[in-house]
Amino acid sequence: MNMHFDIKTDTLDLALLEAIQDGLPLTSKPFAVIAKQLLITEDEIISRFERLQNAGIIKRFGLVLQHRPLGFRANAMVVWDVPDEEVNAAAERITAHDFVTLCYCRARRAPVWQYNLYCMIHGRERQIVEGQIAELKRSADLIRYPTTTLFSTRRFKQTGARFSSSTKRMKSAP
Amino acid sequence: MSDALKIDTIDRQIINALQGGFPICDEPFKRVASWFGIKADELIRRIDSLQQQGLLSRFGPLYNSERLGGAVTLAALSVPEDRFDEVNDIVNAHRQVAHNYARTHTLNMWFVIATETPQEIDEIIDKIESETGLKVYNCPKEHEYFIGLRLEL
Repeated sequence: MNMHFDIKTDTLDLALLEAIQDGLPLTSKPFAVIAKQLLITEDEIISRFERLQNAGIIKRFGLVLQHRPLGFRANAMVVWDVPDEEVNAAAERITAHDFVTLCYCRARRAPVWQYNLYCMIHGRERQIVEGQIAELKRSADLIRYPTTTLFSTRRFKQTGARFSSSTKRMKSAP
Repeated sequence: MSDALKIDTIDRQIINALQGGFPICDEPFKRVASWFGIKADELIRRIDSLQQQGLLSRFGPLYNSERLGGAVTLAALSVPEDRFDEVNDIVNAHRQVAHNYARTHTLNMWFVIATETPQEIDEIIDKIESETGLKVYNCPKEHEYFIGLRLEL
């Protein structure tokens, strides 16, 4: 995971990224549709797509779910204060658990926020997520670190960042 | 649980299997439809229907914004309960705020800021601080270990 190769992107790559950002055309030959739009061959689209994916610029491709309508309402952000020299090992133990959906190390904001290691668990029922958190703390050997869990109570906004090839930049969605 | 959802076993299998690892080839839907014992047309129709029901935001990519020149951070506010709605409106009015969740902590509002350039992150934080009179706690990512974010139905 997260193995990246540095590659250069050209104008066509950027046009491709922009063309597919809202989704692949739902038709039997979707890459042929994009190829027609960008005036290049289907093979060229496919090989560029694979290259961008292997380089980690396209991190993932597939169904992007709306969590809440699917019943995933128990969304926990679990954080720990782990000494810097132990954080990589702790993260490795955390990500070995299938129910963990994201894991990051972030800057601390002492004294208000002492935590540096974050993981997210998305579940349908809070009771189950709480059980998973307890299991994680035990089996990932995290009991000794200060920790807290923040469940989300309301979601106010969920839009993605937008990519614009004209400025070659990420833009925020309107 | 998900009793209210109008999806069947095949829809469930599609959701579980196609959150990543979609084959990039000339007829990708045909290639994966057999996993579910259906034809490409039916797979396409089902994905379209899941999207119409608001269960999918798209059948598409997740980009690495930083690699494309952008910047992303997670920031938090400690908002007094009686100012929550007002502050929420101020924060969400910025188009650079991509996600915003209320959470159970003294730091009770957590949001993602995504901008075109790294320096713009600081500008948005300064604006939110001056508009709300509250301190924004910026918690930039130092390392990403895992971006699975796959859900099992």
